[in-house]
Amino acid sequence: MPLMRNLIAGLQALFRKQKANSELDEELRGYLDAATAQKMKNGMSREEARRSARVEMGSPDRVREEVHSAEWESVVETFWQDVRFAARMLRKSPGFTTVAVLTLALGIGANTALFSVVNGVLLNPLPYPHPGQLVTIHESKPNFATGSISYPNFLDWQRDNHTLSAMAVSRPTSFALTGLGEAEQAQAEFVTSDFFPILGVKPVIGRIFVRADDQRGAAPVALISGGFWKRKFGSAPDIVGKTLNLDGRGYTIVGVIPSDFDLLLGNFSPSEIYVPMVQWTNNLLFSRGAGLGIHGIGRMKPGVTIDQVRADFAQVTRNLAVAYPDSDKATGAAFFPFRQSMLGHVEPFLLVLFCAVGFVLLIACVNIANLLLARSTGRSREFAVRAALGAGKSRLIRQLLTESILLASLGGAIGLLLANWGTRAALDSLPASLPRAAEVGIDPRVLLFTAAVALSAGILFGLAPAIRISRTILQDNLKEGGRGASGSRTGAHGVLVVVETALALVLLTGAGLMLRSLVRLWDVDPGFNPSNVVTFGLSLPTSMWKASPAAIRAAFREVDSKLASTPGIEAVSMNWGAFPLSGDDEWLFWPEGQPKPANQSDMKWTLEYVVDPGYLKVMETPLRSGRFFTARDDEHSPPVVLVDDVFVRQYFPNENPLGKHLFLDSLEGNQQAEIIGVVAHVKQWGLDTDDTEHLRAQLYFPFMQLPDSVMAGAPLGMRVVVRSRGSGAGAVDSIRQSLQQLNSGNVMYGVQTMDEVISSSIANRWFSMILLSAFAGLALLLSNIGIYGVIAYLVGQQTREIGIRMALGAQRRDVFRLILGNGVKMALLGIAIGVAAAFGLTRLMAGMLYGVSATDPLTFVFVAVVLMLVALAACYIPARRAMRVDPMVALRYE
Amino acid sequence: MIDKPSTLVQGTLDMLILKTLALEPLHGYGIAQRIEQISHGVFQVNAGSLFPAFRRLERAGLLDTEWRATENNRRAKYYALTKHGRRKLEAETKEWGRQIGAITRILDAQS
Repeated sequence: MPLMRNLIAGLQALFRKQKANSELDEELRGYLDAATAQKMKNGMSREEARRSARVEMGSPDRVREEVHSAEWESVVETFWQDVRFAARMLRKSPGFTTVAVLTLALGIGANTALFSVVNGVLLNPLPYPHPGQLVTIHESKPNFATGSISYPNFLDWQRDNHTLSAMAVSRPTSFALTGLGEAEQAQAEFVTSDFFPILGVKPVIGRIFVRADDQRGAAPVALISGGFWKRKFGSAPDIVGKTLNLDGRGYTIVGVIPSDFDLLLGNFSPSEIYVPMVQWTNNLLFSRGAGLGIHGIGRMKPGVTIDQVRADFAQVTRNLAVAYPDSDKATGAAFFPFRQSMLGHVEPFLLVLFCAVGFVLLIACVNIANLLLARSTGRSREFAVRAALGAGKSRLIRQLLTESILLASLGGAIGLLLANWGTRAALDSLPASLPRAAEVGIDPRVLLFTAAVALSAGILFGLAPAIRISRTILQDNLKEGGRGASGSRTGAHGVLVVVETALALVLLTGAGLMLRSLVRLWDVDPGFNPSNVVTFGLSLPTSMWKASPAAIRAAFREVDSKLASTPGIEAVSMNWGAFPLSGDDEWLFWPEGQPKPANQSDMKWTLEYVVDPGYLKVMETPLRSGRFFTARDDEHSPPVVLVDDVFVRQYFPNENPLGKHLFLDSLEGNQQAEIIGVVAHVKQWGLDTDDTEHLRAQLYFPFMQLPDSVMAGAPLGMRVVVRSRGSGAGAVDSIRQSLQQLNSGNVMYGVQTMDEVISSSIANRWFSMILLSAFAGLALLLSNIGIYGVIAYLVGQQTREIGIRMALGAQRRDVFRLILGNGVKMALLGIAIGVAAAFGLTRLMAGMLYGVSATDPLTFVFVAVVLMLVALAACYIPARRAMRVDPMVALRYE
Repeated sequence: MIDKPSTLVQGTLDMLILKTLALEPLHGYGIAQRIEQISHGVFQVNAGSLFPAFRRLERAGLLDTEWRATENNRRAKYYALTKHGRRKLEAETKEWGRQIGAITRILDAQS
């Protein structure tokens, strides 16, 4: 209550100041009268009494002042006065104000934009209940630390563990969707029944999957996404119970999943259709040793730590290894906190970028501090006058700080606008791999951050001039007329220039290292020639899905020859299994001359590419020895394979592999195949990471020699790779036409040029490099302006000194050298400090670099030289001006 | 008796004002007079500290104000204790007594 009353009274006083004042005046008059009356009663004359009362009471103005300053609203009032005065001062120098506000807007805007990304992606809690309990689950095997979980293992893990309240696995797939308008390939996901409950997802309508749907032989059911529901059924409420035709099989729709559902993991993208895992028709689903790209999520029981889960599963998998040595001998379970799986790969990039924008803002602040310092020298007379009229030191500092905070607030407001607009633009051009991009936006936390940044920036750059002013007040500036000796003044400016140069150098070094990494990456030979290659998915008409293997082979041969004869197309190949930088698939084998290993764990692994004879021509992978497949390597001829350099090094060191045989366990009947050639290694896992992967041996197998059972699945979806004469993208239309001519039921999907495949594999680096370079460029520009400004200012200040020197016989060359030397000295010091700082800081980004050390001398030297040249250029113009100083004019002017 | 008026112990002015008003509402000069009289001239409060104190106490809800005619038939602002102010005075008086007692004991022990 008292607080409230105080507030109201204060506000009343503020807004009805006139009334409050006149009341006080009347009260004071009354006081004086009463005192006079009293004194007259005591025997004084009227005049005497009046005078004595006046003396006792003191000046009414002083009393009024004291009453006033005891009230809180007076603080508001002085503040408001300061703000108005500051606004007037800023309006008086529009040039300075514009430059300062824009510089700050850029700096604060960049910080706000990046913070809103960090906020949305890293800081906001995950959109699931109790996200801390969520884990991702993989199977660890000799070749894969985070490998695919086999379905039988998953079932046993689910049954045997004691630490998870639920676990589920999922695997992306696609279905040919028919019976609902034009046939199309629909994005789908196999899941087990606990998948949605773990994530707290409730159906919009109908039900989600239950345990009964996981049973082998259960009736086929499906969930659809809200988007799909709207697109295909107009969100009709009677959707439950309707039938979906997927790959020619009827699935009963049991419910609808919210349209905004997303798992936010790298290997997951939101699907239109969800189907229980058991409905997968893959023969290998129930094979314990199979790696089918199945990964899991789980929810820990309340109070259980991830280490307890790991210990629990170590026991579970040990038991399984004993029970199934054939497949599980070296198999374990790998767990990661969900947050780490989701954000682990972007966190370092975002943090480095965040540091970078912080540096940019610091440089901006330094620049403005410089400008303010220069201005403050010009204004020292004004402040001396105000000090002489009774303004206290703290009062002057407060007023100066108000000015700089007002500047910062203006910059912050414009920066917020820039950020709001820039964040959207940046996110639109972002590689798809940034999780939670949709959650990035301006929220109260971002606003708070911006306000805090603007405020601290204002204090930061305002403090130096304020301190300077308060110090000069002590000297008698009125007399000196603000002329000032130049010596001590270089100090503050010099420090700022040094700081600025050092900051810019750190940023440039970071950007330089990223750039070098990318150049290195572009230089990496992927093992194939990506230009003019296009890849896409193809599913044959539904009439082919139940066709005989012979008919399927004939159909693919037809596709092959039709595409090969399409104008502009040089070569064509089907592709199944692994494909560089896209998807991996592995086969087990053992070399000829060895008995079949007792269990699969003792067999060898290799990546396998199932391709047509045209593949070598499409990819232009160098053939090292032997020959590639021909049309005669077909279903009627003995199986043949090619292997790559790494395969030979690993399995046939110091031997000629040609003519050797391999037993391919993953193909039915343990087919024996002859090695007929060796090709170069292809970067399967990524341009940067391939070298460090375990499983790098590669094997090529002719598509036509695939066993009938595997061939039966081919019409549902095959990858096709095509080399065109012109650009790959340009050939897409004629490819589509040819496929339609062949049969209107052919569906072409997922078209990508090979260049796109490569650039999206390094998109994260590319994006960070672009941003980092942009920030570094901004830093360079700002620090350059700063150096120029300071040198120009110093030359202005030193005009008299230069004039005297010249009058005393100094040559123009000497003056030029003097000024330039000043700048060079500061720049060199800044570079030295910057190199030391960068040396420490770039280590933090070592994980983002490729093929270049975090302390790469070449980058450091190059950046230092660039910065030095830029600093020289910035000093050049003022130095030239100094050189032309006419001693007579300079001296007379003073 | 001390010749020169002494300055007030820090923070006691508010309490003295409340005490003077405990009997009856007074105007500004009346309060100053009363304090001076009762303290036999030991305390002389000047307007410069009196009026800010009035504002403070009024804002805190300890005083009520009213414009009234004085005995000389002039308009003056009268201050009166609120219920809250009366309670505050009791509490302050008690606290003051406690402190005085403690201080006296300490001084006696030393001498």
